[in-house]
Amino acid sequence: MKLYKKMLAATALAVLMAGSASAKTLVYCSPASPEGFDPAAYTGGDTFDASSRTAYNRLVEFKHGETTIEPGLAETWEVSEDGLEYTFHLRKGVKFQTTDFFTPTREFNADDVIFSFERQSKKDDPWHAYTSGVSYEYFDSMEFPTLIKEIKRVDDHTVTFVLSRPEAPFLADLAMDFASILSKEYADKLQADGKMDNLNQAPVGTGPFTFVAYQKDAVIRYKANPDYWNGKQPIDDLVFAITTDPAVRAQKLKAGECHIMSYPAPADIEGLKADSNLKVDEQAGLNVAYFAYNTLKAPYDKPEVRKALNMAINKQAIIDAVFQGSGQVAKNPIPPTMWGYNDAIKDDPYDPEAAKKMLEEAGVKDLKMKLWAMPVSRPYMPNARRTAELMQSDFAKVGVQAEIVSMEWGEYLKKSSDKDRDGSVILGWTGDNGDPDNFLGVLLGCAGVGNNNRAQWCYQPFEDLIQKAKVASNQEERAKLYEEAQVIFKEQAPWATLAHSTVFMPMSSKVSGYKMDPVGIHRFDGVDIAE
Amino acid sequence: MLRFIFGKLAYLVPTFIGITIVAFGFVRVLPGDPVLLMAGERGIAPERHAQLMAQFGFDRPLWQQYLDYLWRLAHGDFGTSLITKKAVLTEFLTLFPATVELGLCAIILATLIGIPAGVLAAVKRGSWFDQISMGTALVGYSMPIFWWGLLLIILFSGILQWTPVSGRISLLYFFPPVTGFMLIDSLLSGQKGAFASAVSHLALPTIVLATIPLAVIARQTRSAMLEVLGEDYVRTARAKGLPVRRVVGLHALRNAMIPVITTIGLQIGVLIAGAILTETIFSWPGIGKWMIDSIFRRDYPAVQGGLLLIAILVMVVNLIVDLLYGLINPRIRHN
Repeated sequence: MKLYKKMLAATALAVLMAGSASAKTLVYCSPASPEGFDPAAYTGGDTFDASSRTAYNRLVEFKHGETTIEPGLAETWEVSEDGLEYTFHLRKGVKFQTTDFFTPTREFNADDVIFSFERQSKKDDPWHAYTSGVSYEYFDSMEFPTLIKEIKRVDDHTVTFVLSRPEAPFLADLAMDFASILSKEYADKLQADGKMDNLNQAPVGTGPFTFVAYQKDAVIRYKANPDYWNGKQPIDDLVFAITTDPAVRAQKLKAGECHIMSYPAPADIEGLKADSNLKVDEQAGLNVAYFAYNTLKAPYDKPEVRKALNMAINKQAIIDAVFQGSGQVAKNPIPPTMWGYNDAIKDDPYDPEAAKKMLEEAGVKDLKMKLWAMPVSRPYMPNARRTAELMQSDFAKVGVQAEIVSMEWGEYLKKSSDKDRDGSVILGWTGDNGDPDNFLGVLLGCAGVGNNNRAQWCYQPFEDLIQKAKVASNQEERAKLYEEAQVIFKEQAPWATLAHSTVFMPMSSKVSGYKMDPVGIHRFDGVDIAE
Repeated sequence: MLRFIFGKLAYLVPTFIGITIVAFGFVRVLPGDPVLLMAGERGIAPERHAQLMAQFGFDRPLWQQYLDYLWRLAHGDFGTSLITKKAVLTEFLTLFPATVELGLCAIILATLIGIPAGVLAAVKRGSWFDQISMGTALVGYSMPIFWWGLLLIILFSGILQWTPVSGRISLLYFFPPVTGFMLIDSLLSGQKGAFASAVSHLALPTIVLATIPLAVIARQTRSAMLEVLGEDYVRTARAKGLPVRRVVGLHALRNAMIPVITTIGLQIGVLIAGAILTETIFSWPGIGKWMIDSIFRRDYPAVQGGLLLIAILVMVVNLIVDLLYGLINPRIRHN
């Protein structure tokens, strides 16, 4: 019977495919399988691309290709004067997707918003632990459990978030993937059918694409959502062809087996650019690679020593050798695509002679340093080992003997957080929501000491500025405060800012309308393909 | 014969327990804990870390975790993936057919070419064919799979455009899996061109995965044949005036096959090791690629369950080989 049913479904699909012979299909060669389809339960970009950016929407969205916020499922919103109440007026007439496994009977309303957040916050909600081992890391790490005091249902199309403290990045947080809005009606049905697990396997949202099927580790299929509130997509079908190896993805793109790919290997970029059937978009990534001193330990507790060491590093050589041109020297701890970036700041010049002199003046002689190199390649740092070797020889020129140390990635992350860490670490960060606080506050704030603040740097004048910026609600004012904070950062030099990587997106020249996203997500709404 | 089979089965019990210890111990010897890796650069508060470790049961003493693991195994529970939150056995069974399909095709290809090449090389010992084929076998045996796969992709898919780059079937064809074997499912689907597409997608990964077993089988066949060809009974058969084809094909080959079959059986381990790389490079959704992903994500239950299931598989295949051995070589089953 089961086999018969499967065969019947196969035939139906075959007919469907035949009927849509002229359907426009866009194939994206994606680098990894999604971990699941519940965006709140994961933190991986590939999971978000496959779930929150296709099937789901949020109350507010990042403007396509920018980090500014625009209306999503909320058409308008107001913030109370004290910054504690955010009232959202929800869009009317928004339909949830109709799929083989679910047909909605009502439109999107306030219940869906409340469900989407309360399942993450309320421990007694049956959906809080709906599948084995589920946890809501982003919700927790953005401090939402303590930040959101209450979510009030004003009427069918109005909800108010009551916060326990003013938090300027709150709107940007709501545009993040974990804040995707799910269908409560679908959840209720799954619960009644005893199939709660399916929430993580078969998504139903209001987004531009309707989930069709996932063949594990191979293919994810979507079709354009015919009822999408922002209009039907120009393409009919969207397919993710999961292809782990970057060289193979490049070959598939060249052979026409996919139309667009992410994360090419640096070595392949020239070849892809040279192919007349392809085009390669590029953009500075929303990331930074840095070298953090332990500012609690002598002699790194002295800003002049840190500054001298910064001047000993030939950053351009690192960009050339390690990033192979696909990066730019970083002078600030936030990337240049982000608002609040202070372009007036001058980077410390590469000057070994001056550096040597400054070290002597600071009374530092025969310095021996441990130089921590990450064991993995990350978007902001393709090869930390090679970077460390280059830095080692740079330091040797100013009389500093550096010993490269490395360890397993999990250990590295843990031990590099220790306050009494011996040595300086290479690490980096990729932004979550385009808000400067997500870099300056998280990585350099006093609360991060012993954790994400690898420099263990708690400097009151800087801290005051970022705290002030965190609660100010006017973006212009916030930008000014962050610009000032960057000046202090440069003077104090808790890090050597190494690089911002460039992100490349090779695609067929038939593809139009693709916008690279500074937050690093891959969105296919608005994309078209010529036949 | 029954005693022979039971004797073999009795060996499996301690082996199985040994494997559970190795599978359980192996993932815990890996440095780094899964919660930290999941958190990445973002980090995690110590309380939350402790809470998650407790939730996954990693905070208890190792022996307790092990006993608990055995207890669940005894009930057919291989654990739940930390990442996908699905039962490890379900994941394994979903992906297993893809690996079996690729593995079977590879071993068939390796056998069909390896045995005749080995026999011919032995019969024509010292000839140019012998030298070239054994030289090629040595190169094949030493070939780094990843590099070899990429080379074939660039040549056959990139330059000549004879084969697709990766995947199991063209994305144009879309039908839900029935058996999980793409060759069979594509036929069942009734869609025109689906089967041909599945075959063309299988070609390169099969060649890559077959390369090492092919080299081993060819070399083993050659040396076994050489040994047998020097035996008295072969000389006698030749002296009787039997045609060469009969002497080689019947008298010599049958005896030479005994070590060759063992070798083929042992290739299952090589195939699984090779599948990890081959599947990764060809985006082949099988258990090799799944195991690698799980190891990188420190998905303990998936790695543990996967190792155990693969080990069981190897044990079963070895048992079958042993039994076959008995069939071919009567001396073994009578002793």
